[in-house]
Amino acid sequence: MNPFATLGEAWRALGANRLRTALTMLGMIIGVSAVVLMLAVGEGAKQSVNRSVTSMGSNLFIVVSGSTSAGGVRAGMGSSPTLTLNDAEAIAKIPSVAASAPDFRGNTQIIFGANNWSTQITGVTPDFMVARSWTMDDGEMLTDADVRNATRNAILGQTVIKNIFGGENPVGKTIRIKNLPFLVTGTLQPKGQSLDGRDQDDTVLVPITTAQGKLFGNPFPGMIRLISVQAKSAEVMDEAEEEMKQLLRQRHRIQPGGEDDFSIRNLTAMAQTAAAAAQAMSMMLGAIGSISLLVGGIGIMNIMLVSVTERTREIGVRMAIGARRWDILLQFLLEAVMISVIGGLIGVAFGAWGAYGVAMGLGMEVELSGRAMLVAFGVAAATGIFFGFYPARRAAKLRPVDALRYE
Amino acid sequence: MTNAPIIRVENLGKHYETAAPDTPPALNKVSVTISAGEFVAIMGPSGSGKSTFMNLLGCLDVPTSGAYFLNGRNVAELSLNDLADVRNRQLGFVFQGFNLLKRVTAIDNVALPLLYAGVGKRKRRERAQELLTQIGLGKYGQSLPNRMSGGQQQRVAIARALANSPKVILADEPTGNLDSETSNEIMGVFTKLNREQGLTIILVTHEQDIANFAHRLIRFKDGVVVHDGPVTHQ
Repeated sequence: MNPFATLGEAWRALGANRLRTALTMLGMIIGVSAVVLMLAVGEGAKQSVNRSVTSMGSNLFIVVSGSTSAGGVRAGMGSSPTLTLNDAEAIAKIPSVAASAPDFRGNTQIIFGANNWSTQITGVTPDFMVARSWTMDDGEMLTDADVRNATRNAILGQTVIKNIFGGENPVGKTIRIKNLPFLVTGTLQPKGQSLDGRDQDDTVLVPITTAQGKLFGNPFPGMIRLISVQAKSAEVMDEAEEEMKQLLRQRHRIQPGGEDDFSIRNLTAMAQTAAAAAQAMSMMLGAIGSISLLVGGIGIMNIMLVSVTERTREIGVRMAIGARRWDILLQFLLEAVMISVIGGLIGVAFGAWGAYGVAMGLGMEVELSGRAMLVAFGVAAATGIFFGFYPARRAAKLRPVDALRYE
Repeated sequence: MTNAPIIRVENLGKHYETAAPDTPPALNKVSVTISAGEFVAIMGPSGSGKSTFMNLLGCLDVPTSGAYFLNGRNVAELSLNDLADVRNRQLGFVFQGFNLLKRVTAIDNVALPLLYAGVGKRKRRERAQELLTQIGLGKYGQSLPNRMSGGQQQRVAIARALANSPKVILADEPTGNLDSETSNEIMGVFTKLNREQGLTIILVTHEQDIANFAHRLIRFKDGVVVHDGPVTHQ
């Protein structure tokens, strides 16, 4: 008997009991749409974390100055004026270090024409671009000369541009920061949110010397709180950390056994933890989806077993008039596979639709990959074969004389 | 009437494994030869082994001892697939309860053996229609079995048995569910098939009236043949 004819027989059998077929299919539809939806949500979360991680800069350390204590009250990290611009320059000379970028931050109001906006002013050196993975959109980055001369040049982030310039090109315009005029020499490519959800594009870059000397003042000239350090590669991260530590202890004249007056944080390790957490969540969601798929599969097996029992006599008749075991096996297997394949297709559609709904309704980031849909559909079809095989084999193994006698 | 034997069984025995230990075998050393074109009735009380004998002749079950030659081939040597093909092409079954597929139209029921024989869709239709017409149900092709009378259903079942032009028709109490008038009609169909097409017909019945349509009577009791001879009209 040719497979197409068997397909027709299977189709007819499914059509004979529509409600049951539909309910069994529903199990598959829910399972597959759950897998598709969960994978989309999980993958979306993973991608959003990964994007934040790459935007932060790779192989990154943050060196923070130590804490002070005044009359028993201990201030937090970064409150002690122990790091200097010279420290940053010295770190840059370590062979395993690619970039060493000190920065100094403060918040203030900036004005252009009739618009004003409160934003973060970041005092930087040219290395900042490399260490924190920024790229220029337009114009020129600040130079070493800008830092040396504490020029009043500024680079604007996209959020700032949007808020005080509207659609206008800001390069060449003059803005006022704390009532001092600054020439906009360049703009930054947008970067989006950081890992903690802060808008990284809401910033203005100025030379670090300008920020310290002219904008925010500094009780300890040349002192900085924070240095971003980029190692040359992921492999030399540990080496770079150790060398930095030794260098700073030496420069700060800390005796062996004495406590560090700075701390080094490995941001990449933290980012990897975040990425791993997102990955774990993605897998867990996938697992939840798979469980519903499994339940759907068991539903198919259950119904097929009932169907085989109910139709034992029919199987006997078919065998008596010449059906081979293979014909019977194929017929019942195809019934199960049809349920799972059709259910799988509808499930993929529902899952995609649900993912779209989640993205629109909850504002969550979802990533609907064709591969995930294909995998979910493939798993559904395989589920049909797997759970349909046992009942089908049971049908095929009936002895004709017993099947015919069955009441 | 003395053609070559189409069915030859020698010392055929069947012992059910599930039966209680001391029970005698369902079939005990039965030897029968049936020639092509014979019309044989098999009778006997229930439990006499006549149904077991029919199941073995129909290749629906396998004997525990003895040999069965169908058309000169030893059935014991055939694989399961070969047995399915034998049932498909060389034998035609007619059952007491008709055993038509309920949700399938008459014409598709008739075409079912052709489906398993690998016949193409158009040829299946043509052949099924031809058979329905032959047994007088040419206009009932699209009817569902439960919309038809018992006699009509049994006619459809006979048409189905004839689909692959078998040599032998095995009928297990084909009139058991029918009233006497319809029974006579159905027996008329069998008689005609036997006389006009030379089909070998073997039927099980417990009614003497029905057995009288046949030419030869085999009577079973306790698993053995107690009578084998021409039908004597009483």
